[in-house]
Amino acid sequence: MKEIFVRLDRCMGCKSCEIACAVEHSKSHNLFGAMAETPRPRKRLYVENPEGVKMPMVCRHCEDAPCVEVCRVGATVKDAITGIVTKDESMCIGCWMCAMVCPYGMVGRQKEVKIAVKCDLCPSLMVPACVSACPTGTLVFAEQEEFAEIMRRDAAAQIARGHKIKASI
Amino acid sequence: MKEAREKSIDQASQEMLVVAARAGLETAWDRLEKQKPQCGFGEAGLCCRNCNMGPCRIDPFGEGPSKGVCGATADIMVARNLLRSIAAGAAAHSDHGRDAAKTFLLLSQGKAPSYQVRDSAKMQRLMDEYGVQSQIALAEAVMAEFGKQDGPIQFTRRAPKKRQELWQKLGIDPRGIDREIVEIMHRTHIGVDNDYVHLILQGLRASIADGWGGSMIATEIQDVMFGTPKPVRSQVNLGVLDEDKVNVIIHGHEPILSEMIVAAASDPELLRLAEAQGAAGINVAGMCCTGNELLMRHGVPTAGNFLQQELAVATGAVEAIVVDVQCIMPALGALAGCYHTKFISTSPKAKFPGAIHMEFHEESAYETAKDIVKAAVLNYANRNPAKVRIPDVKSDAMVGFSVEAIVEALGGTLDPLLEAIKSGAVRGIGAVVGCNNPKIKHDYGHVNLVKELIKNNVLVVTTGCNAIACAKEGLLLPEAADLAGEGLKGVCKALGVPPVLHMGSCVDISRILVAAAAIANALGVDISDLPAAGAAPEWMSEKAVSIGAYVVSSGVYTVLGTVPPVLGSPEVAGLLTEGAASVVGASFAVEPEPIQAARLMIDHIDSQRKKLGL
Repeated sequence: MKEIFVRLDRCMGCKSCEIACAVEHSKSHNLFGAMAETPRPRKRLYVENPEGVKMPMVCRHCEDAPCVEVCRVGATVKDAITGIVTKDESMCIGCWMCAMVCPYGMVGRQKEVKIAVKCDLCPSLMVPACVSACPTGTLVFAEQEEFAEIMRRDAAAQIARGHKIKASI
Repeated sequence: MKEAREKSIDQASQEMLVVAARAGLETAWDRLEKQKPQCGFGEAGLCCRNCNMGPCRIDPFGEGPSKGVCGATADIMVARNLLRSIAAGAAAHSDHGRDAAKTFLLLSQGKAPSYQVRDSAKMQRLMDEYGVQSQIALAEAVMAEFGKQDGPIQFTRRAPKKRQELWQKLGIDPRGIDREIVEIMHRTHIGVDNDYVHLILQGLRASIADGWGGSMIATEIQDVMFGTPKPVRSQVNLGVLDEDKVNVIIHGHEPILSEMIVAAASDPELLRLAEAQGAAGINVAGMCCTGNELLMRHGVPTAGNFLQQELAVATGAVEAIVVDVQCIMPALGALAGCYHTKFISTSPKAKFPGAIHMEFHEESAYETAKDIVKAAVLNYANRNPAKVRIPDVKSDAMVGFSVEAIVEALGGTLDPLLEAIKSGAVRGIGAVVGCNNPKIKHDYGHVNLVKELIKNNVLVVTTGCNAIACAKEGLLLPEAADLAGEGLKGVCKALGVPPVLHMGSCVDISRILVAAAAIANALGVDISDLPAAGAAPEWMSEKAVSIGAYVVSSGVYTVLGTVPPVLGSPEVAGLLTEGAASVVGASFAVEPEPIQAARLMIDHIDSQRKKLGL
C-alpha cells in the first residue's frame, strides 16, 4: 500500500499540510467556506517543532495498530486489503482509549462533538490533501520501496558529489 | 496541463500559448500551476513578517495560535498587511507622478531639452487652479505636493464639497503624498497602531493621496507635456507586430521614456539604418500601461495587456522589449534569452536579470532613446525567420477619451450625458479597470463583465489592462454600440462614440475621479449618490489595492474579481464589504463570475437611481 512518508530535512514549517487536511475534511472543501463551518474542520496531521527541528507527524497506519486493538465499539478498523486504519465517527463513543495507546499522538478530537478523529488518507482523493499541499516535497505518498529508492538516490548523489570533490583534489 | 483555450479567451494569446508550450517555454500560467497549492495563511492574510519575533501565523481553524508573538490578533494582522499593500500601490503610482513632476520641473528650468509643453491651455488651467503666475511656479507647487506635511493636496479640492467635508470629519483628508505612505510603514511597525479600524482609515487616507494626488499629478502633468488625449483610431493585439519591420515593444508605465522612443523611431538617421539592415521600417508597439499612454495620445498600436508580455517575445519577431517600471515580469530575461530579442531596462529604479541596462535620464532623454532604438535596429539581422510566428489577430479601436475629449464629444457640456442618465437611456456609469491575473481566464472577466454592463445600458469607462482587453474584443469601436441596450445604443450612435470609453492608463483612473466629481457637482450631489459602480475583474497588483481603496473612499461601490487577502479577519472583511458603506458611502464586494459581478453593479446602480428619484 501507498503511505505518507516524510523527508525530514525538507519541512519549512508552513503548515500548509495542516490547512489542506482540515479543508479536505470539511463540508465545503474550500478554505474560506471551511473557516466558517461548525463544527470546525479538524486537521489530522501535525507539524511539530522538537529540538528546533520542523517535523510533520503523520499517522503511520501501523501494521499491528494499537488504536484498532483497543477500540471497544469497533469504530476503528484496519482495512484488510488497503491496510488503511479508519474510524467510523458515527460509532465513536469518545472513550479516548485510542488516544492513550497511539505511540505517535495521532488521535485528535472533534472539539464540538466528543469524538476522536484521525487520518484516513483522504479516501476520495488520488493523493492525500496534505501531500498535494506540501510546497517542498517533504511529504511523499509512495510505496515503502519507492520511498526507500528516493532516499537511496538522494544519499547516492550526495556520496557521489563528495567523491568527485575528493577525486578532483 | 491546462489547454490554451482554458487559459485565455483571446485568440492571439491562445495561438501563442500553444507555440510557447510546444517550444518548451514557461509562462506565468505554468508558474502559477507550480505554485499550487498556494499558502492558505497568505491567502487569508494571516501571516505577519513585520518583525523578527515572527514570522507568525494565526490558525484560521482556531486550534493553533490565535495571536502573533506580539499579541496581534487576526484583525490586526490582516489590517496591517492590507495597509502595507496600499502603501506599496500608492508609492508606485505616486513615484510615477513624481517622475512626471520632476521632468516638468527640469523642462521648466530649461534642463530637459527633449521635452516641451504640448498643451499650454491645460497648463494655464492648472496655474489658475494653483493660483500661480508662471510655469516654473506651477512645477514647483506640484513637486511640493509630495513632501507636504499639513496638506491640503490641491487636486483633492476637485472632489465635491460634501466628499471633502466627509474626509475631514473622518480625519482622512491627506496631508501630503509621501507622508501618508511613510505613516503607514510607521503604524504597521511592531507595536504602533493596533486598532484595525484606525489602521484601515489611514489606508484610505494614503489611497486618497494616490488617486487625488500622485496619480492625478501623473495624468495632468503628462497631459501638459505630451498633450491631452483626443479621440484617435488605432489597432490592438499581437498582430500589430510587423514581420517586415524592426519591432520595438515599450512596456511598463511611464510615458517619459516611451514618448522619446516613439520620436526616435521616426528619426531619419535610424530609418536609413533600418533600411540598410533590410527592414521595411521601425514599428513601435506598446504593452501594458505605457502602451495605453501612447495609444491614447498618439494612436501608437498596442501589442497586448499584462499577460501577453511573454507571448509577445515568443513571436520571435521582437528586436527589443524596452521597459521602465511596474508590472514587468522578471521572467522576461530568461525568455528573451531563447530568442534574439534584447530585453532593455531603462529606469534607474528597476534592473532585471538577463536585461541590458541603458539608463535613461530626463536631461539626455532623446539621445538615450536613439541609442536604444539603434540597438534594436542593429538586432534585426539576428532575427531567426524560422522562429517568427506572429498571430494574424488585431482589432481596431477608438481611444483617447480624456475628460476634456468626452466633454467635447458631448458638445462642450456634460448636459447631454446628464439628460441621458436622467431619462434612463444611460442607466448609469460603470468604471471597469485593473490587471490580468492567471487565476482568472485571461480577459474572460474583463470582456464578459463589460459586455453585460453595456447590454444593460451602463456606459463603461475603462483604463489599464481592462481597456486593452476591451479593445481586442472590438468593444472600443462606435459599432460596438450594437451590442449595447437600446438606450445606450441610441446615445452612442447620436454622438458617434463607443459604448466603452478608453480613458487611459492605470494612473488615469484619476480621470474617472475627475469625471465623477464633475457629474456629482453638476447634479449637486456627492459621488456616493451617483448611479455608478466600479470593478476590477482580474486584479493582482498592490497598485490595484490602492486604487480599490481610493475609489471606495471617493464613494464608488466596487466589485473585485479575485479575493483580497483579508478573509482571515471576519471583522476587517465585514468592514470593507458592509461597514464602509455607512462611513464613506461605498463598499467592496467580491465576485469572480463576471456576469454575477455585472448584476451586483447594475443592482447597485438601480438602487442609486431610486434614491435620486430617477
